[in-house]
Amino acid sequence: MNSSNPPTARQSVFRAVDIAKIYQMGEVQVHALRGVSVELYEGEFVVLLGASGSGKSTLLNILGGLDAPSSGTVHYLDRELTASDPSQLTRYRRDNVGFVFQFYNLIPSLTARENVELITEIATEPMDALDALDLVGLKDRSDHFPAQLSGGEQQRVAIARAIAKNPKVLLCDEPTGALDVQTGIVVLQAIGQINQQLGTTTAVITHNAEIAKMADRVILLSDGHIAGIERNSTKVAAQDLRW
Amino acid sequence: MRKLDRKLLRDLYQLRGQASAIVLVIAAGVATFVMSMCAYRSLTTTKDAFYRDYRFADLFSSTHRTPDALLPRLRDIEGVAAVEPRLVYDVLLDVPGMSEPATARLISIPDRGQSELNQVYIRRGRMIEPLHSGEVVVSEVFAKAHGFVPGDQVRAIINGKTQVMRIVGIALSPEYVIQVQPGSILPDDKRFGIFWIGRRDLEAAFDMTGAFNNVSVRLALGHETDHVIDQLDRLLKPYGSVGSYDRDEQLSHRYLSDELSQLRGMAVMAPAIFLGVAAFLLNIAVSRIISQQREQIAALKAFGYSDFEVGAHYLNLVFVITVGGSVVGSIFGFWMGANMMGMYEEFYKFPSLEFLVNWPAVAAAFLMTTVAAVVGTFVSVRSAVTLPPAEAMRPEAPPSYQTSWWERLLPKRWIAPEMRMVIRNVTRRPLRAGLSIVGISMAVAVMVLGNFSLDAMNYMMHFQFRLAQRQDLTVTFVEPATESVMYEVQNLDGVLESETMRSVATRIRFQNRSRRIGIMGLLPDPQLYRLLDADEQPVRVPEYGVMLNSKLAEILGATIGDQVIVEVLEGKRPTLTLEVSAIVEEYAGLNAYMNKTRLHEVLLESNVASGAFLKVDPNRIDAVFAELEERPGVGSVTIKNAMMQSFEQTVAENILVMRSFIVMFAAVIAVGVVYNTARISLSERQRDLATMRVIGFTNREVSTVLLGEIIIFTALAIPLGCLIGYGLAAITTAGLDTDNYRIPLVVSRNTLLLAASVVVVATILSATLVQRRVKRLDLISVLKTRD
Ligand SMILES: Nc1ncnc2c1ncn2[C@@H]1O[C@H](COP(=O)(O)OP(=O)(O)OP(=O)(O)O)[C@@H](O)[C@H]1O
Ligand SMILES: [Mg+2]
Repeated sequence: MNSSNPPTARQSVFRAVDIAKIYQMGEVQVHALRGVSVELYEGEFVVLLGASGSGKSTLLNILGGLDAPSSGTVHYLDRELTASDPSQLTRYRRDNVGFVFQFYNLIPSLTARENVELITEIATEPMDALDALDLVGLKDRSDHFPAQLSGGEQQRVAIARAIAKNPKVLLCDEPTGALDVQTGIVVLQAIGQINQQLGTTTAVITHNAEIAKMADRVILLSDGHIAGIERNSTKVAAQDLRW
Repeated sequence: MRKLDRKLLRDLYQLRGQASAIVLVIAAGVATFVMSMCAYRSLTTTKDAFYRDYRFADLFSSTHRTPDALLPRLRDIEGVAAVEPRLVYDVLLDVPGMSEPATARLISIPDRGQSELNQVYIRRGRMIEPLHSGEVVVSEVFAKAHGFVPGDQVRAIINGKTQVMRIVGIALSPEYVIQVQPGSILPDDKRFGIFWIGRRDLEAAFDMTGAFNNVSVRLALGHETDHVIDQLDRLLKPYGSVGSYDRDEQLSHRYLSDELSQLRGMAVMAPAIFLGVAAFLLNIAVSRIISQQREQIAALKAFGYSDFEVGAHYLNLVFVITVGGSVVGSIFGFWMGANMMGMYEEFYKFPSLEFLVNWPAVAAAFLMTTVAAVVGTFVSVRSAVTLPPAEAMRPEAPPSYQTSWWERLLPKRWIAPEMRMVIRNVTRRPLRAGLSIVGISMAVAVMVLGNFSLDAMNYMMHFQFRLAQRQDLTVTFVEPATESVMYEVQNLDGVLESETMRSVATRIRFQNRSRRIGIMGLLPDPQLYRLLDADEQPVRVPEYGVMLNSKLAEILGATIGDQVIVEVLEGKRPTLTLEVSAIVEEYAGLNAYMNKTRLHEVLLESNVASGAFLKVDPNRIDAVFAELEERPGVGSVTIKNAMMQSFEQTVAENILVMRSFIVMFAAVIAVGVVYNTARISLSERQRDLATMRVIGFTNREVSTVLLGEIIIFTALAIPLGCLIGYGLAAITTAGLDTDNYRIPLVVSRNTLLLAASVVVVATILSATLVQRRVKRLDLISVLKTRD
């Protein structure tokens, strides 16, 4: 099991140093991040926990190359994301990052399988779309359109889509936010399973402390700061979570 | 297939209603453009070939009687490549069973056979044989109108004597591609025919041995016409030349050129209107899709699709629509063009008139459509390209509504809440509302533009032949007739009223501009041939000075009070300086008028007449006509009603086809705009509407919210469209303003009503289509989806 290895022995995948993000809203400046420094290691499962507006999405988007910080540096392996231009960031996302969004963001006009293939088509070493759907237990629903799937199923398709290209990192922004408990657990199971089987570095945002029990490490965000980092001595499997 | 392309096809299928409406709007514009450009190419190519192969002359001149001895001097003029002397006479024909007069223009063919210029193309039968007396070749339209075939005989009254002519062939000529009698506006196949006849026959009949009265000249390559015209006029002046002119003043050529410039005008206006509307429709459709697909765009970008790929994806969607529209439009344009050729074959006689596809124009159509579409969707597509993916994760801020001035102005209870929603929605997006209104108004404008030409024609006919000219018959004499001849004519049984006139060929000059025109001398207060001002009020013929019609005044740049120089080109050829005393309204030709007595004075002649206008007892018209025809001095007799009827018939036949296209195209625009606007409102507001339904509003009330907008748009668009249509009609009339005729800017109430009704019907139709969707609105799924 991955969790038995000390994280410090692993290679750092992300290294963010003193990043800040300021949004200019007319006259007002919104400080979404105020000097965050954090490292994510290969293969680990990290949960970002914090109140609404604490800067979780902002941090995740910056790590995923969707957004750039106002100051500070972010490294992905040897690559400095903060020094990359938009097309390099596109390349970076295409080759390395899998995203799972709170509202699934599937293409409604494509079937489950086609949604996955949409991504594998442009990936360098993708897995078969059906295998990816199999991993989330939806192989038999592969020809269904998003509108024909429940919310949880849609989110699992979204996970299949995210992992099908064999990404180095999987970034999930409130993947269970729109789901009920039971469905949420199924989705989290899928994510946990990917992390364990494929060794994909995984970051999951939530404001549900219970989910944090699944993680190797929990990063607590509060008002744009890192309020603390906790290491879980024992990881709880998704199906054993209670909330 | 790439999955992104599959998405595109499915999105397109989802949008099929809107997309097809836009395809049709584009197709209508492309079809009109392709049709005009193909017709243009076909006509120019055919014309040029016919002119070249049958050696159409460049300059033309008529004289009284010029001795053949002058020919070498004409050929010596620098820049002259060939000279063709001819005898040309207009005579009356005596066609059995035809009570209406027909004029035959007899044109001599040299005894050696084919002429050097303006050669004759034999369609059927054969050319006249040299020195075979009594043989003629007749122009095809005339032969067809009367059912003549080679072997038939016709009788003509040549110089007072009835002569029998045997038709041996049916022919065409580059000089008479369209056969219009001077002074008419449209061809009259039945009443004007060209006859080619051996020179010897005409020499004998008119006592013209060793002389000619008409000459055509072909220029050597690269020579200035003006110089040659001056030389020709100088040499021919002593022989009664009324001035030489070039192809621009040659009637058949002029008509062809006018037709070509009309085609060009259509090729400019149609794409401007239709592609403009299409660009707007694409704009609203694509910006709607892009805002609907914000989150999909975000996902694509998050997964590494580049900005370029995302932009190309939406542009491809646009291109499928524009290519579809261009293909459909081109095919339809070919079909319309081929139809148009069929119509042209009735009017313009060429050895063969084939429909040629103008491929560069087709390419241009594709290009224009693409440009219009890119312009229309540029801003939306760019917003998709530049949309930061992190931003796109967040749903769009809800639209901000405001209570506006009109709500504070009107007491609340006056406006139902549904109506208030409608008005708020309209005023929230003033630009889009404005463009929707302009779009619908374009449908009205196209209708007005398409139908006003008939109004204009009708008005022209009414003005010219009912208000101004009130005679039934017009007689012209071969030589100015003496008082006794006029007395006889005026006292024919059945003639109720009559007026005489004197007309002379002149060249009129003002400053550096001049024109060859006929000046007509009229009685001071004519009752039959009246002159009217722009307000349809009769204008008295003043004792002194000259009256110009408005077109002539415009060309010369002369106004009332100016002194113009008039060189009379007949008789003693005096040069007069006359003051412009009045300007009269006329829609055909360039004419000037003066007091008849005064004209006699300056010409140093007695009271003679070139022609007479007769009002005849309706029951006696045929008899009077027959009597006139018998008289030796009579050159032509025109029955006004017969001429008007044939004119109206020709116009009606040709306008009908065009009209049905125009109604169709206008409906396409109206449906396109109304349906798209309504569909997009529905898509943007289906949550509001579903919510209204859930909280207890009826289907009807919900539809009011949606369709109220459309009703307001249409109501505002109709008056605006009438205005725009009037403006476009004004541009068109200005473009069609030629020396031959002018189109008055008249738009009848019926045209406006028809335009409004077509648009109202199209609106109701599209509203019904959209309303069916409101009824089927799936409340639950609508409320469940995030939008
Ligand atoms: N594009 C933006 N413009 C202005 N302010 C923004 C923008 N994006 C985020 N913010 C602000 O930055 C702060 C952090 O936002 P962020 O989305 O990272 O919070 P979060 O922790 O993900 O919250 P939640 O749990 O509600 O998703 C918030 O105050 C938010 O309002
Ligand atoms: Mg968030």
